[in-house]
Amino acid sequence: MKSQLRSIVRSGKFMTGFVIFVSILLLTIIYPLINPGDPMARIGYDSFRTRPGTYVSLYDTLDGVNTFTFRIPGANDIRISNKLREDDRERIKYWLVEYGKQEEVAGLTEEEIDIEDTVALLGLWWEFYSDEVFVRNLTNAERNAFMRLDVRLDRLFDIDDLQVYTLNPETGEHDILFTEVSTDDYINVSDVANIIRLPLGTDNFGSDVLKKLVLATATSLWIGLVAGTVATLIGLTLGLLGGYVGGIVDDIIMFFTNLFTVIPGFVLLILISYGMSQMERGATTVAVVIGLTSWVWTTRSVRSQVMSLRNRDHVNLSKLSGHSMPKIIIKDILPYIASYVVMAFILQISSGILAEAGLSMLGLGPSTTSTATLGMMLDWSIMKSTAFIHGAWWAYYPVIVVILLISFSLNLMNTGMDQVFNPQLRD
Amino acid sequence: MNSHDRQLCLSGKGVTKIFGFGSKKTLAVDNVDFEFYSGDLISIVGESGSGKTTLIKMLLGLTSVTEGEISFMGKKRDIGSRRKKKEYWKGIQAIFQDPYSSYNIFSKIDSVLLDCINMRGGRLLPRKTKIEMMREACSFVNLKYDEMTNKYPFELSGGQMQRLMIARIFLLKPKILLADEPTSMIDACSRATILDMLLKLRDETGMMIIFITHDMGLAYYLSDTVYIMEKGKIVEFGSADEVVLNPKADYTKQLLNDVPKIHDPWEFSKNRRKDAQWTEQFVV
Repeated sequence: MKSQLRSIVRSGKFMTGFVIFVSILLLTIIYPLINPGDPMARIGYDSFRTRPGTYVSLYDTLDGVNTFTFRIPGANDIRISNKLREDDRERIKYWLVEYGKQEEVAGLTEEEIDIEDTVALLGLWWEFYSDEVFVRNLTNAERNAFMRLDVRLDRLFDIDDLQVYTLNPETGEHDILFTEVSTDDYINVSDVANIIRLPLGTDNFGSDVLKKLVLATATSLWIGLVAGTVATLIGLTLGLLGGYVGGIVDDIIMFFTNLFTVIPGFVLLILISYGMSQMERGATTVAVVIGLTSWVWTTRSVRSQVMSLRNRDHVNLSKLSGHSMPKIIIKDILPYIASYVVMAFILQISSGILAEAGLSMLGLGPSTTSTATLGMMLDWSIMKSTAFIHGAWWAYYPVIVVILLISFSLNLMNTGMDQVFNPQLRD
Repeated sequence: MNSHDRQLCLSGKGVTKIFGFGSKKTLAVDNVDFEFYSGDLISIVGESGSGKTTLIKMLLGLTSVTEGEISFMGKKRDIGSRRKKKEYWKGIQAIFQDPYSSYNIFSKIDSVLLDCINMRGGRLLPRKTKIEMMREACSFVNLKYDEMTNKYPFELSGGQMQRLMIARIFLLKPKILLADEPTSMIDACSRATILDMLLKLRDETGMMIIFITHDMGLAYYLSDTVYIMEKGKIVEFGSADEVVLNPKADYTKQLLNDVPKIHDPWEFSKNRRKDAQWTEQFVV
C-alpha cells in the first residue's frame, strides 16, 4: 500500500494533473480572500463594452496629481502611432493597394507599403486619399467607411490644448483647474487614487469576469464533487451487494441497472431538470440529479470485479475464519477494488462538471442569480447574448480553458493512477 | 480394513451439485455417496474438471448442495445460520491449492494467525500469550515467527506461504482438514517438506485429512482410503492397496497408466502408441 502510494507520487502524469487541479482549487479559495467583493455585482456596462485592461479614473488623473512634462522629441508621434489601431492600418493599406492598382502609382503595391511605419503610411494616405477619388473595386459601404476613417485620422492630430474647469458650488461659476493640458504632460499611474483592474473585462451583465469565473469554478467543482460522490456511493453499494450476495438481490439490482443503462443518462437528466420547478433547481440539486443518473457504469464494473473476487481463495479463507459478511466485504473485497473505485470517482467528478456545463448550455442547469457555474457562464455569453458577434473573447475563452484544465487534470490523475495500479500499463 | 470400529466423521448420500439452469445446466457432482472415518487419510483422485474442488466446497459449506445430504459426526449437517456455520468451521478447515491467492494481500500475515486464535475463543487472551501461540505454530512448520511478523504475504515465498497455512491449521486443530492439491503450485523440494508437515500434524492431532490430488502415485503413498472421481461421479473407492493393486474401473487403470515412471519408457496414452513407434522408426 505504501509502495503504491509512493509510486503514485512519483508518477509524472499523476503529479502534473494533481498540481493543475490543486492550483485551480487553491485559486478558488485564495482569490476571493485577496480580492473580496460580490462577484455577481454589476459594475460595468452591459453587452461586453468593457474590454480586459486597467481602468484609470479620469477625474483622479486630473485632480491633485503631479504632472510631469517629458521633453522627448516626437512624443506626439508615439501617441499617434499607439493610437492608430492595427485594423485601421490594414484598412489604409487596403485602400492604397486598390488605388494603386487603378492608377498605377509607384510605391502603392502591396509589398512596398509598410504598415508599421506610421509616418510613411499616413503620408501616403494624405497624399492620395480624397473622398472625390473613385476607386472601382470598393463597395459603397466600404467607401463610406473610408470616409469615416479619414475623419477619424484627422482627429488624431487635434492637439489643441485642453482647459479643465471645476464647478464652484458657492458661486455657481466655473473655476479654471488647469489652464492647459498639453499632449506631452504625463502623470505617474501609481499616483492615481482610483484604478480598476479588469484582467478579463466584464460580461453581458457588466460583472467582473475574473471574479465570476473564480466563483463559477468553485461552484462547478462543488457540483462535480457532489455528483461524483452520489454516483460513486450508489454505484459502489449496489455493485458490492449485487456482486457479493448474488441470487435474487443481484437480479433485482441488475434489472434497475440495465433499465438505467438503456435510457440515455443525458435525456433522463434533461427530463428531470425540466420537470423540476425553477425555484428548486439550485446548484446542489442539479449535482444530486447528475449523480442519480450516472451511477450505472460504476455499478456494473464494481459488480463484475466483486463477482470475480468473491470466489477467490482468500475470501473463502476469510469465511472459514468466521468473518461476517460486512467484514469480508470491507476487509477482503473493498481494498482490492479501492484503487478502481477512486479512479472511477475521479472520472465521475470530471463527467459531473461536464454534464452540468452541457445542461446549463441547454438552459436547464441551476436556476439561480446568486451564484455562477462554468456552464451558466458559457450559456450567458454564447447562447443568450452572442459574445461571438461582439468579439468578446474574454467572456467565454477563459471559461472553456478552465473547464478544459479541470477535466484534463482529473483525467491525467486517473491515467497516472491506472498506470500504477494496472501492472499491464506500467512503463 | 475394518472401518466399523472407527467413528463415522463425515458422510454424504446422493450429494449432487448443478450449476446453471435449463440448457446451460452443468452437472458438476453427480449423486455421490461417501463415508469418511475419523483419523483416516483419504485421497480423492481425479483429473481436472472431475468435480473434486466442487465436492470440497460443498463439504466446507462454501457452496450450497443442490441435492442430497451431508452428515457431520453422525448427525445431519446444519449450517443454516452464521453462528452454526462458524461452529461447523471450528471442526472442518481447508488448505487451498494456490498459496499466492489464499492471503489477503492488504493485511499482514499476523492477522491470519490471530484470526485462528480468536476463532478458538482466545480473543481475550493477553497479547503475550497470543504471540507465544503464534511462535509455537510457526516453529512447528519450521518458520521463525520473528521473521514472519509484520510482513505482508507478498514478501514470502510460495513454500513459506503454504507452511504458514499449515501453521494456521496447527492453531485451529480441526477434526477434519480438506487439503485441495496443497502441493501443486510448489516446487518439488518444498513439496516433500509440506507433505511431511501435514503428516506430522496428523500424527499429533489425530485429525482426518481429505487430500485432493490428480497424482495417483502421491495418493497411494499418502492415503489409507482412495476415492476415484470421474466426471462428477465416484467410480471406485477402497483402501489404497485395493484400488491401486487391483483396479476395477477403466478410469482407475487409465490413471495408473498415466503415472510417470522413471525407468520405463513413458507412454502418453494408448492412442499415441502408433505415433511413438513411428517416431522410433524415424529416429533409427
